[in-house]
Amino acid sequence: MIVFLQQLINGLSVGAVYALIALGYTMVYGILRFINFAHSDVFMVGAYCGFYCSRLDSGHTLAGGLLVMAIAMVACALLGIIIERLAYRPLRGSSNLAVLITAIGVSLLLENAAQLVFGADPKAFPALFPERNFTSQAGLTVSSNQLLVLAVTAVLLVALQWIVLHTKIGTAMRAVAFNHQAAALMGINVDRVISFTFGLGSALAAAGGILYAMNYPSIDPYMGTLPGLKAFVAAVLGGIGNIPGAALGGFLLGLIETLVKGSKFSTYSDAIAFAVLILILLFRPAGLLGKFQVEKV
Amino acid sequence: MNRLTSALLAWPKAVLLACLLASLAFWLISDRINPYYMDVLTKIGINVILAVSLNLINGYTGQFSLGHAGFMAVGAYAAAAVTMFAGPKFLALAPAAWLLPATDGLFLGALLIGGLAAALAGILVGAPSLRLKGDYLAIVTLGFGEIIRVIFRNIDSLGGALGLNGIPPYTNIFWVLAVACICTYVVLAMVHSTYGRGFVAVRDDEVAAEAMGLNTTRYKIVAFVVGAFFAGMAGGLYGHYTLSIDPKGFDFMRSIEIVVMVILGGMGNTAGVIAAAVLLTLLPEVLRPFEKYRMIFYSLLLIILMLTRPQGLFTWKRTLKTAGRA
Repeated sequence: MIVFLQQLINGLSVGAVYALIALGYTMVYGILRFINFAHSDVFMVGAYCGFYCSRLDSGHTLAGGLLVMAIAMVACALLGIIIERLAYRPLRGSSNLAVLITAIGVSLLLENAAQLVFGADPKAFPALFPERNFTSQAGLTVSSNQLLVLAVTAVLLVALQWIVLHTKIGTAMRAVAFNHQAAALMGINVDRVISFTFGLGSALAAAGGILYAMNYPSIDPYMGTLPGLKAFVAAVLGGIGNIPGAALGGFLLGLIETLVKGSKFSTYSDAIAFAVLILILLFRPAGLLGKFQVEKV
Repeated sequence: MNRLTSALLAWPKAVLLACLLASLAFWLISDRINPYYMDVLTKIGINVILAVSLNLINGYTGQFSLGHAGFMAVGAYAAAAVTMFAGPKFLALAPAAWLLPATDGLFLGALLIGGLAAALAGILVGAPSLRLKGDYLAIVTLGFGEIIRVIFRNIDSLGGALGLNGIPPYTNIFWVLAVACICTYVVLAMVHSTYGRGFVAVRDDEVAAEAMGLNTTRYKIVAFVVGAFFAGMAGGLYGHYTLSIDPKGFDFMRSIEIVVMVILGGMGNTAGVIAAAVLLTLLPEVLRPFEKYRMIFYSLLLIILMLTRPQGLFTWKRTLKTAGRA
């Protein structure tokens, strides 16, 4: 029982990171209907931003750590906006496939540029926050990092929900996701909304990158690939284009994966995410919270 | 189309036979050619097989698959298992030279078994996932590719994460070119047959194709199985050329490389795809002095190409309207 609870806590903190990345995928998919493969590399750049900014903060205080995270989020938001402006906007209106390939190209570019700039060797990620382990009498251990991951994720999720539901730009985002042309006719600047969406998603990915790096204490230019794919699976699991669905999918996937890692099938844990994806797509193609749409001719 | 090409296309079987004879002749003189060129040519041949077979799935039938490396892995492992584990027994039993040397007979069998294993994997993957469309199909095939890789990593008798080493060096330039020719012939013959028009119909408009009475699911699965078969053969050739295979060599990046060849050549344009396969295999060789910047250059090329020529480098008129439909 203790082991199970322990795995539950570990799974939630892994899932929180997946949820943060999945939100970026799902928001972009909701608006532009394409898989932004470069998102997982924005996540990696976020971790590197954290790595370099942490040198400015020698105290390992909570406030300092949060500041580092905020800087990384802003930097990645800018990166996301620039990527959209240079690589995706010129392709608006062309086939999905062209955009998908471009996204793969951007992803490769970021990975290899990172290899050149930051070096190919894994770097040890510094402890950004003061660390402490809390152990209950029954032997349940929760690290302060895990709590922090959950707290930061919860705050960001609430903030995102507020932006999407209660601000003007959020309403515009939902309108654009519903119908580009109608939104444009209502006087919404579609390009600006799309830029904002990329910025928002990339900022969340940066936060995810730092939280991920804290628990897996080394970073390298290819660190984004696997978490990125899994986060995408999480987004599909929850129903792609659906924001609460992405969060739910992230947490669920984190839990499933951690439980499998704790079982005797641990060497298959990387395949589990894809097995889940395939099952979901076969039995509930619209995801857990998505609505199924019939194709009309 | 000029008179020569139309005359050649009138007897496709003769062209195939001529190509096979030419590859045999080429193999006979291959000793005198710089081994480096032979190495590059072998890689080109294997990539041509992969790209042309993926083109049947992605280009002609319009089913965007990102799992081709997975099928290649199945073929490579199956073929290597045949030559490594069953090979010695077979060679001990076989007469020294019957129609062709015993090792070549064994290798042909191994390649076919590799192809069939991959085709079987193609059915297993295709039957459930081909109900999906576009991006979803892409991501599911990607997932299957990764699952195949993880499974091989966990089979200890096939070397686990370390992979198989000491595969006999059976691949020579004749086999590579011959399989490439046969693969191209089969794909072209299929899509240009009366039956094969259905592939293009499924790509151009699935609903309309279904309304005309085509069994679209069947077409998709046939494309998937034939594509997987040749990917498996390419895997077998690859394994017996590099002499060691490991699950890492068949990752998502490998699939992407093949997809890029198809897209660059122009979806459903076999000649263009072959040209792109040649070009993209040569590119890293040419860029070898700039090793550090090679991948940056490659990715930039990909982005710029998509921005400027999304229909592919070698597609001009006819398929312009339909090219690139997901």
